[in-house]
Amino acid sequence: MHDDPTAMPAGVQYVYLASAALFILSLKWMGQVKTARHGNWAGIAAMLLAVLGTLFAGGISSQGFMWIGVAIAIGAVVGAPMALIMPMTAVPQRTALSHAFGGLAAALVGVAEYLENRGGDGLSTFTMGALSTEMLLGFLTFTGSLMAFGKLQEIITTKAVVYPGRNIVSMSTLALAILSAVYLTLNPHSTEAFALMIGASLLFGVLLIIPIGGADMPTVIAILNAYAGLSAAAMGFVLNNKLLIVAGSLDGTSGLILSIVMCKAMNRSFLNVLFAGVGAAPAANAGPKSPTGKTIVGFSIDDAKAVLEDTRLVIIVPGYGMAVAQAQHAVKELANVLAKQGTDVKFAIHPVAGRMPGHMNVLLSEADVPYDQLWEMERVNSLFPEADVAIVVGANDVTNPAARTDKTSPLYGMPILDVDKARTVIFIKRSMNPGFAGVDNRLFLLDKTMMVFGDAKKVMTELVAAFKEGAH
Amino acid sequence: MHEPSGLIDNLFVFVMASFLGLELIRGVSRLLHTPLMSLTNAIASIAIVGSVLITGRPHESQFITVIGAVAIACSAINAVGGFLITERILKMFKKRGND
Repeated sequence: MHDDPTAMPAGVQYVYLASAALFILSLKWMGQVKTARHGNWAGIAAMLLAVLGTLFAGGISSQGFMWIGVAIAIGAVVGAPMALIMPMTAVPQRTALSHAFGGLAAALVGVAEYLENRGGDGLSTFTMGALSTEMLLGFLTFTGSLMAFGKLQEIITTKAVVYPGRNIVSMSTLALAILSAVYLTLNPHSTEAFALMIGASLLFGVLLIIPIGGADMPTVIAILNAYAGLSAAAMGFVLNNKLLIVAGSLDGTSGLILSIVMCKAMNRSFLNVLFAGVGAAPAANAGPKSPTGKTIVGFSIDDAKAVLEDTRLVIIVPGYGMAVAQAQHAVKELANVLAKQGTDVKFAIHPVAGRMPGHMNVLLSEADVPYDQLWEMERVNSLFPEADVAIVVGANDVTNPAARTDKTSPLYGMPILDVDKARTVIFIKRSMNPGFAGVDNRLFLLDKTMMVFGDAKKVMTELVAAFKEGAH
Repeated sequence: MHEPSGLIDNLFVFVMASFLGLELIRGVSRLLHTPLMSLTNAIASIAIVGSVLITGRPHESQFITVIGAVAIACSAINAVGGFLITERILKMFKKRGND
């Protein structure tokens, strides 16, 4: 970094420029399904250009090539199977894990740069500031993403873990990390500040994610995505490399926008997601009875089949429960059976359904549901009043009408799917446990609602079987 | 060390790229948010450029080379894995009647 920027041959800068342009095209093409695969290919081309350009720019020793070759080979051998073998339901975990790798990579480069240069006086205040930012963001993204991975993989509890004074503890840790980063920036030779900053960043990543419950994961994954990108951009400032700045800030803004979309879809602020500890304690009234004392009865498969016969429009509302039960293929089969009897079937996708942005779309596409049957919340809500039946599979809070009407509900103000406006609602549920927010769903009490208890996949499969029997 | 002009150039690029990113990402259909995330994940592994540069330089301490190599491996996992999973997800998106 301390060399004159012109030390990199001008040719490489042109290669980097082409690479940056391809990254921009890549994101542009990603905007639409039609061109999305071109987008991915543009991204691959950009990455190859960047790596090859760097390798051929000169200045790499033969021993260096050996290390680089081995490291890239290891990365490919680990990365490829992770992408190819893993089931689609595990996409959120994989994403969290890759944020961890991204954060660690940026942080380690920061550490290496620091160790290499702290002896001399090559570290200007500005470079040192960028370097500290890179390490701070990198390390907190690393542990934060590992925690998110653990929660998504259910290695650690998916519930929000809250303890008294947790926000003070988290904030003090963050303050410590930032203060030591500032101190290190001003005194690059301070090994103590260096170690303290790393320790505090690693700890803060853990503390940040512990109090966050499973249903807030879409937002958290998006925020971690932004951090990973920003740490790469900070590395660009350290290395005076504009390609890193461009690619890093593209990734950073992408994570930022996705987390804003997620927050809006829950009518909550960033800070509320991070610090409110929603989803911590199960509600006390979680029982088979509603608060009004009305007992909720379960309906049978045949009851459900009866209302689905001779329907014109059926809207299926999938949620995380569908992913857990791996029910997407069974759901698609039901959609096929309904389509065969002449019913128009649509899928209503709430933006925060599942554990990461777009989760439901991916699962249903995996089950061969054509994407023009997947309807976004804003467009599909006007169709519910015309729907004969709405089938809720593994979703809960995103269908709770209390979000529209009950000012005392924790869900109040959250945009929901207006399932209650359909003529009949079939609600498939494993048990009477409340949703993630610990709130009873008013939907259960409506006369038009038929609760069908059981595993989503089992219920779907039985429904399909009932239809097929009837056809004989 | 770079001149202050280098700093302002870099800030310029950062701000422009961020605004461009905002515009581009806002245009991405919600349908594609998961593949968008795996794609940007792969793009962020551009950090590999930094780790290649530092690993390739001769160092007094082997330790720095090792740290750099670990960073390369992390980024390579993301690049290879990210692009492959994006391709795999995108292949699944089909229009009605296309299957």
